[in-house]
Amino acid sequence: MQTLASLRKGQRAIIKHFSVEDVPLKLLEMGCLPGNEVSVVQQAPFQDPIYLNINGSHLAIRKATAILIEIELL
Amino acid sequence: MARQINVALLGNPNTGKTSVFNRLTGLNQKVGNYPGITVEKKEGICTLERGLKAHILDLPGTYSLNASSLDENVVIELLLNKNDKDFPDVAIVVADVENLKRNLLLFTQIKDLGIPTILAINMADRMKRKAISLDIETLEEALETKIALISSRKNEGFEQLKQYITQYSSLSVKPCVNASKIAPEYFSRLKKAFPNQDLYKLWLVITQDVNFGTLERGTLQGIASFQTESKSNLKRMQQKETIARYQFINEVLKKTLTIDTENAKDLRSRMDRILTHRVWGYVIFFGILLLIFQAIFDWSSYPMDFIDSTFASLSEWTKAVMPPGDFTDLIAEGIIPGLGGIVIFIPQIAFLFLFISILEESGYMSRVVFLMDRTMRRFGLSGKSVVPLVSGTACAIPAIMATRNIESWKERLITILVTPFTTCSARLPVYLIIIALVIPEQRVLGIFSLQGITLMFLYLLGFGAAIFSAWLLDRFLKIRSKSFFVIEMPNYKVPIAKNVAITVVEKTKSFVWGAGKIILAISIILWVLASYGPGDFNRAEEIVAQETVGQQLSEEERDTKIASFKLENSYVGHMGKFIEPAVRPLGYDWKIGIAIVSSFAAREVFVGTLATIYSVGSEEEETIRNRMAAEVNPVLGTPIFNFASGVSLLLFYAFAMQCMSTLAIVRRETNSWKWPLWQLFAMSAIAYVVALAAYQFLK
Repeated sequence: MQTLASLRKGQRAIIKHFSVEDVPLKLLEMGCLPGNEVSVVQQAPFQDPIYLNINGSHLAIRKATAILIEIELL
Repeated sequence: MARQINVALLGNPNTGKTSVFNRLTGLNQKVGNYPGITVEKKEGICTLERGLKAHILDLPGTYSLNASSLDENVVIELLLNKNDKDFPDVAIVVADVENLKRNLLLFTQIKDLGIPTILAINMADRMKRKAISLDIETLEEALETKIALISSRKNEGFEQLKQYITQYSSLSVKPCVNASKIAPEYFSRLKKAFPNQDLYKLWLVITQDVNFGTLERGTLQGIASFQTESKSNLKRMQQKETIARYQFINEVLKKTLTIDTENAKDLRSRMDRILTHRVWGYVIFFGILLLIFQAIFDWSSYPMDFIDSTFASLSEWTKAVMPPGDFTDLIAEGIIPGLGGIVIFIPQIAFLFLFISILEESGYMSRVVFLMDRTMRRFGLSGKSVVPLVSGTACAIPAIMATRNIESWKERLITILVTPFTTCSARLPVYLIIIALVIPEQRVLGIFSLQGITLMFLYLLGFGAAIFSAWLLDRFLKIRSKSFFVIEMPNYKVPIAKNVAITVVEKTKSFVWGAGKIILAISIILWVLASYGPGDFNRAEEIVAQETVGQQLSEEERDTKIASFKLENSYVGHMGKFIEPAVRPLGYDWKIGIAIVSSFAAREVFVGTLATIYSVGSEEEETIRNRMAAEVNPVLGTPIFNFASGVSLLLFYAFAMQCMSTLAIVRRETNSWKWPLWQLFAMSAIAYVVALAAYQFLK
């Protein structure tokens, strides 16, 4: 299964699933929900953190969180 | 009497909520604190039709009603407490037209509390460029509310918004999303246990992590005994609630919002390609920092010279027009030079606040957070620590408060502990005057002034000390906390001049008033202590006459000798001599010693203190700088402010923890005296050792 951490600039994907226990509510509230389309806007050096566009919502998260979010490439 | 209604202004961060507030209230606003906590409380009055007045409260920006910080807690506490005097008759949720979906999450939550809620869609002027079209009528029907399309940049739509506020009582208070459907069984049990309470309200009280302060105690106690679900089950239900809300919002927007992505002009991605670039991003960031320091040092020297000489002539003028006596002396030698010591730094402080507010308003600060996160993490900090560290160059107090959005407690604590190392505006007066005295006025490579470079170096030293001590603390502090990080990357905006102006004026004013009060008090006390003394002080003329028997002295020379004899034998002189052994190894005399001790109240007192002490000791009115340059070591005959003692002083002020207000804030934010005391002793010890080493090496 691919995770958000392996998504590259220019690729698009759909958020599939993430564990309720590990991913904070805040991320959901900011628009990171299963079923939404996600793409990478920019990666900082060492691919960490990553700057994402999730259905028009722009946010940055660390690699450690991105690993927990499963995606499916489009 | 005119009727007044309460209006609460809510919204996600970065929706331009504050500029809406500024538009509604004009300059008719005041900034205070919520009682007992340091969250900024902004309120103002807006006049509506027919003499109706609206009291508008600008609440902290929040993404939802699930509080995860003190700031957000303020919002919930107010909205859940009907007895609060600020409880809103009507709420306005400010949304950004480009982030409508996410912004509506908060809207549905507030409306579900049964508060009449108006939706104000801001930045409507961007719709055309972004090819966004909205069916307002259908959206109003779906959300059962009134919607005002506004633009605070262009000042459009505010008349309509005010009209909706006037007619607030006709708004529907029906909930958007029925929260109980996420767990019907649980909610029916809740209803049975508390038949008279609003279910959604109960649910919010149960699920909040934060402690409520003044919230209806009765309700809370009952809830404490109603423990029927595990924490992780509650969390799962909260997630379900969020998803249910988004489903509702998606359906509503499907019918009403269209974005023609083909025609949208996307400046954002083009700017991000450069500003968050892995090389250019950093180059630009450091370039901007360099520009800021250059501005602070170079551009503000003109107004500063003007202020300095104005205060000197003001003293002279006071002496000339007022009848001679103690009271005149107190004003001319105590108060005016003391206040001059703070007023002179207004240009620099205004510049600093100007740059910081532009960085924040434009959305650039979030890019810096993104760029710096990984580097900062290596030192036990978070990318979000950059905001406190940069705004700490203005003042550590708001900077420490700005750490609240750092998710991990360990990263947050380290940020709080190291932020006072950054060069705050109170250090600036000390640095500037000493640099001007001991660093030659030269240009390097024809453009950079050597003094400017020295200042830049001191800023870097502050950051360096902060980063290095963060690294040490990260090694030694045994705190386990989950590291988590999420930050919104807002759209780039040209800062609105009015917002920036209000911030600069407000902050500068509060800096000058806050420091002014302390300086006024200290300069009066110092003047008294310097103008009176025990024993020999009262026989000064006699003793000086005896000592100088046989010497041919002009009247002027004799007066100077008497004045300096008096100063040394005054109360402050005795105190200074007492502490002199401690500061002599650092290259200071007793006068500087007194200035250092008094600046443990606040650093900026240093210059004012010296100004007061020197002006008591001399007859002519001169600028502070000239007086300091003229100070001579009585034994060696060399200037007191020479290269070695100057560098030693600069280093002492770079590291020492000399600010009572910062200690008070750290106590409040960490909820213990342990950390501020630790800060006080560790930082002051480092300062002493470094200054000592520097002086002994350079002298």
